[in-house]
Amino acid sequence: MVNIEKLVVKKLNAWFNEKQALKEINMSVYEQQVTAIIGPSGCGKSTFIRCLNRLHETVPVASMSGEVFLDGENIFSPSMDIVKLRRRIGMVFQKPTPFPTMSIYDNVAAGIKLYGRKNQAELDEIVIKGLKRAALWEEVKDILSKPGVSLSGGQQQRLCIARALAVEPEVILLDEPCSALDPISTGKIEDLIHELKTKYTILIVTHNMQQAARVANYTGFFLLGELVEFDLTGKIFTAPTDKRTEDYVTGRFG
Amino acid sequence: MENDWGKNFLLRKFKNYLFLTFVLICTIVAVIPLFSIIGYVLVKGIGAISLDFFYKLPTPVGEVGGGMGNAIVGTGILVLLACLLGLPVGLFGGIWLAQYGQGRKGFYIRYAADVLSSIPSIVIGIFAYVLIVMTLKRFSAVAGGFALGIIMIPTVTRTTEEMIKLVPRSLYEAGLALGLPEWKVILWIIFRTAWSGVLTGIMLAVARVAGETAPLIFTAFNSPYWTLKLDQPMASMTVQIYNYAISPFQDWHAKAWAGSLTLVFIILGINLLVRRLSKRITYG
Repeated sequence: MVNIEKLVVKKLNAWFNEKQALKEINMSVYEQQVTAIIGPSGCGKSTFIRCLNRLHETVPVASMSGEVFLDGENIFSPSMDIVKLRRRIGMVFQKPTPFPTMSIYDNVAAGIKLYGRKNQAELDEIVIKGLKRAALWEEVKDILSKPGVSLSGGQQQRLCIARALAVEPEVILLDEPCSALDPISTGKIEDLIHELKTKYTILIVTHNMQQAARVANYTGFFLLGELVEFDLTGKIFTAPTDKRTEDYVTGRFG
Repeated sequence: MENDWGKNFLLRKFKNYLFLTFVLICTIVAVIPLFSIIGYVLVKGIGAISLDFFYKLPTPVGEVGGGMGNAIVGTGILVLLACLLGLPVGLFGGIWLAQYGQGRKGFYIRYAADVLSSIPSIVIGIFAYVLIVMTLKRFSAVAGGFALGIIMIPTVTRTTEEMIKLVPRSLYEAGLALGLPEWKVILWIIFRTAWSGVLTGIMLAVARVAGETAPLIFTAFNSPYWTLKLDQPMASMTVQIYNYAISPFQDWHAKAWAGSLTLVFIILGINLLVRRLSKRITYG
């Protein structure tokens, strides 16, 4: 298997006011692979992936430095269209965020509908495809006009995945997508991640080390804003080179 | 010692009852004006209310019959004109304050809005008089609508801001993460989510300006005719009530009461509608 570098992160630093949240991160994310980011709370995992779609900088007190290349192009260069960048790099958040005023259908269609015109038939096709890929279609096909917020938490999260998939991104960032869900919903989303990696590049932040071990090809371990170790998932969990990684994955701290 | 406990207990209970009674009396006193106004207006006004009253023109002194039809329509037109000015400025101002108003500029604008909302409405009327009536050299509906519109701005701005601030930031981020331009996220996701709350603010502002008299006396003035001409004087319920009330004629006094009754019920109706609307506000 040839690994193509989809995202290359170089010397990434991030701050909230004076407090440094990320320190000199260097890392690669490979195409059509699942990369997991693990580490204790507050270690900068979420900040890291929020830099990749430039959401970090929308927070008033946030700042950053460094470079991130998407297919060789620096996402922080002035010529980068931030709206197009975010269409190429989709994101699903920790808490499900269906748009409260919209139906299930409109939630999935939102990214397309609000971006430009599409005729109804095309839109239908996109919505159905998105819901099927997010493994939600069977559960909602008869209630598409109901509000998105009327679904259960697990369904809402898959709705958000469908919404992210509908705009056809190349990379999907998952920020602890299962931490608010029960084990059955979590299982469904993990199955989904396995399906999706044949087509997309996936980066998942998770608190749950078993989850990283189950879904990820590569794993990075963050501690106090630093990337301590990055390697194949099997290596991280069985033969880590850094003592701190070993302590964390064997449950000695964190 | 044990005796003291018992005494204290009784004393405490007594104080508690005393306080509760006091609070209850204050509450009753607070709502008495509302109910006595509604009751009094109802009793005094109901006699002069007839179908004619709602669609006929006012009659000259001495002639019986007639109504306030033109004033009812006039108030509607003036409120619409006020909305043309007050809503765009208020809504977009509120959006700006909520989304970008964290800094110094935001502080001053917010402060200015609060000051504007406490300026007596007659002063705003004088402002409209100098600016529009003196320029056009006549009283006009436009001048009245302008004055009312200015009065609406701070209310609409501040409620819009507060309602938008209630929308969780996660929705804003979710919209951005979908690759939507910021202005579309703000208008189609954030503003839409806040809409029912914003509508409440709009209705309250409408209810407030519909009941204004002072800023209309020397702007829209009054008119005994049916007119849709916006550059001409226009009748309004409040000014008509004022004119009738200060007149020496029995018949006109009765009509003033009937006009008051109609106005009170319109505003009460708007407020009840607002309550219904605001109950439905939910954010995901």
